Amino acid sequence: MFSGFMVNAWTVATIVAVIAGVVGFFVVLRGSAFPAHAIPNGAFAGAAAASVIGVNELLGLAVCAVAAAFGIGALGRRGRHDVATALALVVMLAFGSFFLSRSTEYEPQLYSLLFGEVLGVSTSELLPVAGLALACVVAVAVLYRPLLLSSVVPEIGDARGVRAARMEGAFLVVLALATAMTVPVVGALLIFSLMIGPPAAARSVTNRPLAAIGLSVAFALLTVWSAIALSYLTDWPIGFFVGSLAAVCYGVGRLVGASAGS
Amino acid sequence: MQVALVLGAAAALLSAVVGLFTVVRGQSFAGHALTDVAAAGGSGALLVGVDPVYGFVGFGLFAAGVMDLIGVRRLRGRDLATGTVLGAATGLTALILYFDTTSQATTGATQQILFGSIFTVNASVLPLVIVLSLVSLVVVAVLYRPLLLSTVSTDIARARGVPERLVGVVFLGTVSVAVGLSALTIGAILSTALLVGPAATALRLTTRMARALAAAAAIGIGSCWVGVLLAYDSYYWGSSHHGVPVSFFIVMLVFAAYLVSGRLDRARRRAPAPTASGRAERLPEPAAGVRGSS
Repeated sequence: MFSGFMVNAWTVATIVAVIAGVVGFFVVLRGSAFPAHAIPNGAFAGAAAASVIGVNELLGLAVCAVAAAFGIGALGRRGRHDVATALALVVMLAFGSFFLSRSTEYEPQLYSLLFGEVLGVSTSELLPVAGLALACVVAVAVLYRPLLLSSVVPEIGDARGVRAARMEGAFLVVLALATAMTVPVVGALLIFSLMIGPPAAARSVTNRPLAAIGLSVAFALLTVWSAIALSYLTDWPIGFFVGSLAAVCYGVGRLVGASAGS
Repeated sequence: MQVALVLGAAAALLSAVVGLFTVVRGQSFAGHALTDVAAAGGSGALLVGVDPVYGFVGFGLFAAGVMDLIGVRRLRGRDLATGTVLGAATGLTALILYFDTTSQATTGATQQILFGSIFTVNASVLPLVIVLSLVSLVVVAVLYRPLLLSTVSTDIARARGVPERLVGVVFLGTVSVAVGLSALTIGAILSTALLVGPAATALRLTTRMARALAAAAAIGIGSCWVGVLLAYDSYYWGSSHHGVPVSFFIVMLVFAAYLVSGRLDRARRRAPAPTASGRAERLPEPAAGVRGSS
């Protein structure tokens, strides 16, 4: 389980879990679960387009995820926010299916992009993923205080000169970068689980932001590691384990929170 | 071809009507979550060997019940509960699709369930589809008044003795039927387009409920039919004989309508406002609706 090609899988999955835990904390705090679900689908379209044109997949993922983030922001400025998100989501999915229908190996690729395939990570892909992860962590560290302020009390943030709209944009870009590198591992449809389940559980256990981020990273690591191990042992897709373990995290967190609160 | 047109019309009509309430109630995310659950049902039906439509609709109805139980109605934490159901259902879809492709020789299951395959729908399910959509339309018609009231103002509805929870559950049930039918048409994860797109477009064009219903139905059916025709034709475009997916055209048409309606809406706002009449039927302005919904 720990030999040869599996080493890459463990490394990438660990990076992904740390990023998902950190970024997911803010997703849960800001209540932007729906955008967090929509942006990875833009990344899906990007990966599909990249495979048709024949450029680097990670580049396609990053460019399209950031474009999706800006698109959602622009559409959401007029009209209802959730409607704009829903429409952006389906448009990007449709583009993804269109691009993939141009390529010859349609079906297996579609499946692995949507539901993830942790075993197919090569050593040359490790470095860019690690670089992107570092960029994300630095961005969150720099934005930490203003982002926290504008997430919790946007009014005070405004008064202190932290523009809520600009923060929203910056956060969506960070979210986009984070999803760009996670799509190849857990798939476009399931990153979202990882960004919701563990942080929500951490939030119901503690109220202190730093402790919550730490816990959420720990839960995410636990989820991903068990998912890889189980997937290796049973030969079932990793997406299934990530999705259900994240749901378990959420359920347990809610139970613990309820018993602590009463 | 005819099967595709009839099926598309039934799915688009029901989705447009139900979608209007979904949008006004700010439940787009819940509607989208139901589509992913329906995907698990559809792929499960393939595994057992029955027509996907039973899986889509059956699982959707079940999920509507579950989501009500774990508290999707409460505003606080609603997104997280919805998202958790969504994530778990997607994981399940991944597993079942994996079984579909490995244990049986159903190639193309991923494509068929997630992105739809209107041309391969069996004509024998057509009566079921029509009956399901008629029943759902009747249910919406019966619920119309209480649903509208509890949508616009929960407090007034409660004061009038509207059984709010019951209305909410039955409504989610009709949403899941609508989503199941459009999952047959444009695929499970794209059926949100038919649910939300035409309704949001119509609400930008008019704020009167009856007119919005008519406009949403027209836009939905229109994009469905044009999309089917374009996809049918696209097989002859170019030399490669690669058809373009139907769902791609339908989603693009729905999205184009939404963008155009935004232009019209802005142009109308600049023009002097017409005198308001029939105020009782008016809905809240789109921009003043639920933002962020969390």
